[in-house]
Formats: sequence, structure tokens, C-alpha cells
Amino acid sequence: MLPRVAVQLEDFDLSTEIAMLRESDKRVGAVCSFVGTVRDRNEGDQVATLELEHYPGMTEKAIEAMIDAAMARFDIYAARVIHRVGLLQPLDQIVMVAVTSAHRGESFQACEFIMDYLKTQAPFWKKEQTPAGARWVDARVSDDTALARWGLQAPNA
Amino acid sequence: MKITVKYFASIREALGQGTEQRDTTASTLADLRDELLTISPSHAMALARGKPVRMALDQVMSDESAALSDGCEVAFFPPVTGG
Repeated sequence: MLPRVAVQLEDFDLSTEIAMLRESDKRVGAVCSFVGTVRDRNEGDQVATLELEHYPGMTEKAIEAMIDAAMARFDIYAARVIHRVGLLQPLDQIVMVAVTSAHRGESFQACEFIMDYLKTQAPFWKKEQTPAGARWVDARVSDDTALARWGLQAPNA
Repeated sequence: MKITVKYFASIREALGQGTEQRDTTASTLADLRDELLTISPSHAMALARGKPVRMALDQVMSDESAALSDGCEVAFFPPVTGG
């Protein structure tokens, strides 16, 4: 069976991932996916590279728990999350969430739920290289607000 | 009891180490944080009260009231910024 979570240095291909996720599951009528990519600007500064650190072991467990929570909350069939770590450049893909369900509403919602959860509860940290030097990216209160919409109070920022 | 303490991101950099083994009498995460604050000026600064420090106990996000046990793994890190 396809693992639900992958934390990896390598890039990924969305079409391949979706094909594997819904392979031979004839119940599926909807697939939703989200891909996050590296921007070349943050907080008004040029970003040359982005380095992603994580907590091996906890990262995978935390995302597995998020997928369990999504499965319990929404009527979905399968979900997969890929998160890259290491050194990335603008335009690179960082993260993918893909979800299958019978109808679109459930997979749209589950995809956003997993992403909101991941932004505030998965142990990843970004360090960006700017003309002024390297700096750790600050957490955003708006991401906590996004998670709170689902009735989950777990402030990060 | 013996525990493993891990540090990540800006806290790891500030302390110059990612992991340390400790023999502690602390019974909760709060106690352990208090103990760590006393071991060096860089610990005192990186883990200072009032700083946004998040904690995990055995790889699960936890608050300061969480109870430690022999052989447990504790981690201190700044707010997460993945995705």
C-alpha cells in the first residue's frame, strides 16, 4: 500500500501521485490536491534559497495523526502528504496534499483541513537566505486563525 | 532519571547542539525548562520564559505540565513554519 506520508529531499510529480492515490478505487469521484511552492519574496525581501529543517520521527507521526483526524472528520477514501526538506530554490515545490472522496465537497475540505493543521502543528522550520543574510521564518498568527476555523485551538505563533 | 533532550532550528543554532543526554530530577516539562535555564547563558537566552518556545514529549506536541518519565525524549523548538 502507498505510504500516506513522505518527508523527502527529492521533488515529486503531482500527476503520478494522484494516479497512485486513486488507482483502481472505483468509488472515487473527486480528487483535490494542494501544492505549495517556494516564493522569491517574503516580508518584502528577496529570497535566494530556502532551507527546511524537521524533526525526523515526530514529523511523520504528526502528519499521520493529521490524516487520521481528517479521515475521522470527513467522508474521504485516501490522503497522501509529501513534504520536502533540505535546500530549495524559488519555483521549487515544497509540499503536496492530495485527497480522494466520492464527492468534491469532502475532499476540498479535507485538503484544506490537513494543510491548515500541517502549517501550525508539523515540526518543520524554514530558514531563508536574503540579501541581508540568513533568517528563520516567523510563524504567522493568520495560520493559527485558519486552524481555529475548524474548531481546533492549538496556537503556534 | 535519564532523558534525551533535542533542540531544533534557531534554538539548536543558539545552543550549538542538536541533542544532549541528561540526568534530571525534573518531573514536568516546566521543571526541566527551569533546570536547563541554569546550565549556560546560551540556554538561559534560548529558552527564556516569554520567548515562544514549543515543546514535544516523546514526539507529541505537549504543554509544560506534561510529566517526564525515565528514558523519555523531550524537544524544544520555536513555532513551526512548514508547508
